[in-house]
Amino acid sequence: MTQDSAAEPAGGMGQAPGNAAASPVPGGKVGAVVVVGGGVAGIQASLDIADSGFKVYMVEKTPSIGGVMAQLDKTFPTNDCAMCILAPKLVETGRHPDIEIIAGAEVEKVEGEAGNFRVTVRKRVASIDPRKCTACGRCSEVCPIETTSSFDEGLCERKAVYLPFPQAIPLSYTVDRKSCVGCGRCAAVCPANAVLFGPEETEVRTLEAGSIVLAPGFEKFDPTGLKEFGYGTYPNVITSIELERMLNASGPTKGHVLRPSDGRVPRKAAFIQCVGSRVGKQKERYCSAVCCMLSVKEALIAQEHTPGLRTTIFFMDLRAFGKDFDEYYKRAESEYGVRFVMWRPSHLSEDPATGNLRMVYETRDGKLAREDFDLVILAAGIRPPAEARRLAQVMGIELNSYGFCRTGLFGPTETTRKGVYVAGAFAVPQDVPDSVAQSSAAAAKATAGISESRGTLKVKLDRPAERDIGGEQPRIGVFVCRCGINIAGTVDVSAVVEAIRNEPDVAYAEENVYTCAQDSLRKIQDKIKEHRLNRVIVASCTPRTHAPLFQKTIQGAGLNAYLFDMANLREQCSWVHMREKDAATEKAKVLVRMAVAKARLLEPLHRQRIGINRSALVIGGGISGMTAALEMAAQGFPVTLVERETRLGGLGNRIHHTLEGEDLQGHLKNLEERLLADKRITVLTGAEIRSIDGFVGNFKTVVEIRGAGCRVPGAGTEGPGTPHPAPGTLTIEHGVIIVATGGREYVPDGYLYGKDPRVMTQLQFEEQYAAGTLPPYKTVVMVQCVGSRSPQRTYCSRVCCTETVKNALLVKTEHPDAQVFILYRDMRTYGFREERFREARDLGVNFIRYEDDEPPVLDEKGGKLVLTVRDPVLDRKVRIHPDLVTLAVATLPAAGTPELAQLLKVPLNRNGFFLEAHSKLRPLDFSTEGIFFCGLAHSPKFLEECIYQAQGAVARACTLLAQEALETEAAVSVVDEARCRACGRCEEGCDFKAPLVKVWEDGRLHARINPALCKGCGKCANRCCSGAITVKHFTGRQIEKMVEAALSDFCAGPANGGVRQDGG
Amino acid sequence: MTEFQPKILAYCCNWCAYAGADLAGTSRIQYPPNVRIVKVMCSGRVDPAVVMAAFRRGMDGVLVAGCHPGDCHYISGNEQAAVRMAFLRGFLDEVGIERERFRFEWIAGSEGGKFARVIQDMVDNVRRLGPFRPESLVAAGGGAR
Ligand code: FES
Repeated sequence: MTQDSAAEPAGGMGQAPGNAAASPVPGGKVGAVVVVGGGVAGIQASLDIADSGFKVYMVEKTPSIGGVMAQLDKTFPTNDCAMCILAPKLVETGRHPDIEIIAGAEVEKVEGEAGNFRVTVRKRVASIDPRKCTACGRCSEVCPIETTSSFDEGLCERKAVYLPFPQAIPLSYTVDRKSCVGCGRCAAVCPANAVLFGPEETEVRTLEAGSIVLAPGFEKFDPTGLKEFGYGTYPNVITSIELERMLNASGPTKGHVLRPSDGRVPRKAAFIQCVGSRVGKQKERYCSAVCCMLSVKEALIAQEHTPGLRTTIFFMDLRAFGKDFDEYYKRAESEYGVRFVMWRPSHLSEDPATGNLRMVYETRDGKLAREDFDLVILAAGIRPPAEARRLAQVMGIELNSYGFCRTGLFGPTETTRKGVYVAGAFAVPQDVPDSVAQSSAAAAKATAGISESRGTLKVKLDRPAERDIGGEQPRIGVFVCRCGINIAGTVDVSAVVEAIRNEPDVAYAEENVYTCAQDSLRKIQDKIKEHRLNRVIVASCTPRTHAPLFQKTIQGAGLNAYLFDMANLREQCSWVHMREKDAATEKAKVLVRMAVAKARLLEPLHRQRIGINRSALVIGGGISGMTAALEMAAQGFPVTLVERETRLGGLGNRIHHTLEGEDLQGHLKNLEERLLADKRITVLTGAEIRSIDGFVGNFKTVVEIRGAGCRVPGAGTEGPGTPHPAPGTLTIEHGVIIVATGGREYVPDGYLYGKDPRVMTQLQFEEQYAAGTLPPYKTVVMVQCVGSRSPQRTYCSRVCCTETVKNALLVKTEHPDAQVFILYRDMRTYGFREERFREARDLGVNFIRYEDDEPPVLDEKGGKLVLTVRDPVLDRKVRIHPDLVTLAVATLPAAGTPELAQLLKVPLNRNGFFLEAHSKLRPLDFSTEGIFFCGLAHSPKFLEECIYQAQGAVARACTLLAQEALETEAAVSVVDEARCRACGRCEEGCDFKAPLVKVWEDGRLHARINPALCKGCGKCANRCCSGAITVKHFTGRQIEKMVEAALSDFCAGPANGGVRQDGG
Repeated sequence: MTEFQPKILAYCCNWCAYAGADLAGTSRIQYPPNVRIVKVMCSGRVDPAVVMAAFRRGMDGVLVAGCHPGDCHYISGNEQAAVRMAFLRGFLDEVGIERERFRFEWIAGSEGGKFARVIQDMVDNVRRLGPFRPESLVAAGGGAR
């Protein structure tokens, strides 16, 4: 939630600085941050920074923000449409009063130090002034020059004057200087006089900032140089991002997969994994981490789009290590029939007559197979950004040996220069949710150092006064979105607009190409004023993603946010009735009429402002929890940390070595010392949460202290609640909650575990190794995926492959002669961890792959361990006599997670981990406001990932704590107190304790609902025995009117669509 | 003669069932256009009166869909719905509304396929039954309002 919901769209963008309210205190730290890069990472960092009270300068080198995510069609593992979830963020960034986007610009120089940087930026003066451009497109129509579109990966042409993409921010045409011939036609036709013609000019600006966040993204690997696959020579060899554009409904082939050579629909497509990753030169041997899932997704979507298409993925290890990824991969295989072949083809040859590609590969039984495909997709990896070197020089930071930004294990967002932080793929190749979490973390770090300057540069915006519509006849404005071709390709949008225009009370109706685009939003505001509209309907996509955007828009024009409704013409009409265009059009009319029917009865609703307790509760005292508490204190907010055990440290206490060789135990100790020394932090160990009441901004938590272990440093000095070191219960009041409950090891029930001391988990191995208590050994077998990726626990535990490699390396360095066997299913040493996997192979560790239906078997015969496994290379069972067997067991959510989930009233996923609000863009938020989570409570992950998630959760929480007051839900239930018979059923049934039946100040006994607690679900209205409860915004009358309108195409009358009479 | 096109009304909760319907869309799962969705925040809000309102106005079938047990965004709204809908079912029997015309389902946000299947099913079943005549209700009293 941004604080200024009434911001003008398009306002606050591209204008000169100086709109900031106050200038920084001389000598103090500057309350502003420069964010370099406008992809999803830069966007997330900017929003979090700006929402917690700082000014952001976003420096993006291209003409629009959005980055690579804007090019994607769908996102794994939910198949959400990438643009649909990104677009609201783009718009929010574009209109945020505290974010200034400086597009077409690069940083040239950085002077000063943390807290007080002077950042010199050179910006190309846009040939088309974004402040004037209305994106009408006339310039592009008349431009005579055609060139290839880089947004569409060169798959189609565009003009030299072009719009980067339909949802671009800033929404402005731009001139491709390289192709422009300077004919001047665009300038001649521009109705807004926005084209500034002349030689390219640049301007220099100097920005004052306290911190810098680097999020320049990555470069897509260009496979042109790889002769073996013929990319660039064979037309039917394409890259995954090219396929992504094809799959996109607004892409060059309108969502159809077509062979570039002849435009035919392919029947058989192959994906080749690890192109430009894991193999090749030393500095290119990392794993790009995202390509496996990208290919699985593309295979699945391509098959969905193309009837008859069969896809095969050729892979080395299928690295589906993220939350819900393995399940997605399994589904692609079993439900969609995507074929997976474990082999990396060495080269392709083309049949010039057909354009087909021949691949030779080895089958599982060792025979050479030859197979023809009519389309081949190269899963091209992630490279450091092209400007990495220059950027490193300008910033004065170091790069790692792969050319990415150098960071440390314990400071995953910290560069080598103080005050400069990194987020997204420039830190390490990673997917969207990891980038987003890390970007929030960078936001936390960038603002912690300048927290005393919070709010000093914040723009004070006056929300336009709300127009009183009392007594006005409904005047409804309807905006019907074509959504490119997403809606218009199936529904006759103009016909819908025509039909609606004639409905009673509809004062205005029009269609838009994209109603969510910035110019359309501006238009909605203009039309509200011009036609004195007092209700607005947008008929476009799902309100679940887009309603807030439109609500803010009408607020900007003085209308109450609840005088708005949507008709879902895309998800619930055009996309599901693609083969019945007429029926879809008729249905669309009905859906809009239903919205109109409801709109007539809409009334303005108001939120209440409630005070916020500006302190935090952190649940869990492992690395994630301790990190979160410290970061929260660094932001200047008091925090209480509650740990169930008597000792802090959690699972981390059992980890003695890290892959990177850093001293974790030392780090833990340091965290603990800082924690106990900080007066803003209250630490309660040996303490258990008993109840959590209240709501965002005002939680009340009862903690039971069991006596032993409780420590409250600086007792009574600062911090929320009254410290109470003695056993008993303690009530803490706080505004936000960060859940960091961690995880635990799965206890295996096979492999003689618990029966034979020579069999142990990886963590036990580590502990015994560190303590020197391991039995003597010559042969070690390490079994992977014990308890993970199984029917009971469908997920991959993500860290175990690397843990195992780490321990195998320990063994090999200590005892070079020891034999080590790793029995695995896929080695998922993603990112830079790949190097250590390679090292293990070089040191002679034996890797044997087993299939999930044929796991290794461990027996004991005459005191000896006997392990049998099928070796797929030899294609026979091999027997090993290990002296030591380690099991890479699954990571489980912490004990007590379900109980805590109930206290918090938040959901768990099917594997028992906490479920986030959105897997891609809100990985650290619960859908319940005010509660955040991080670390293993989210899903299995590495130490550095836990750390950045903890920091990220703090940044998310600070967007609330930075506010003076919060606003409540406005669409709540209300009791007609005269009608209430005080039966008490509402009170009994409410899960949020909102209704209360008592004798009120009017002297009567009846129910009343506390709007601060009510969530507006309406359950109480259902239970009410006297019909005295109204559910605001979903009233019985509104619903009845919608039902009547829903029948409008079936009955005769002016609204009769007429195609489907049932004759009854 | 054109085929009878049943009119189906679906009350979907915002958090799961409506999201499931959205997912059917993003996954491009095709189903008959006979359904109109009315969004409510929670299935627990759907009382017998709004279901009857739909029948009385001439809907041929009504679906109420909420989150799976345990998944309700408001904790137990869907259980409340289950209780009320069980009650309603008895009432429908009494007033002579065929069982297939009314359905109560758990549909998760991840179950786009299920949403489409349920709709297809209902359309098929209700088509077999033929149009619903609200007039027939009046005789039986039509109780809930
Ligand atoms: S929110 Fe879905 S049933 Fe309650």
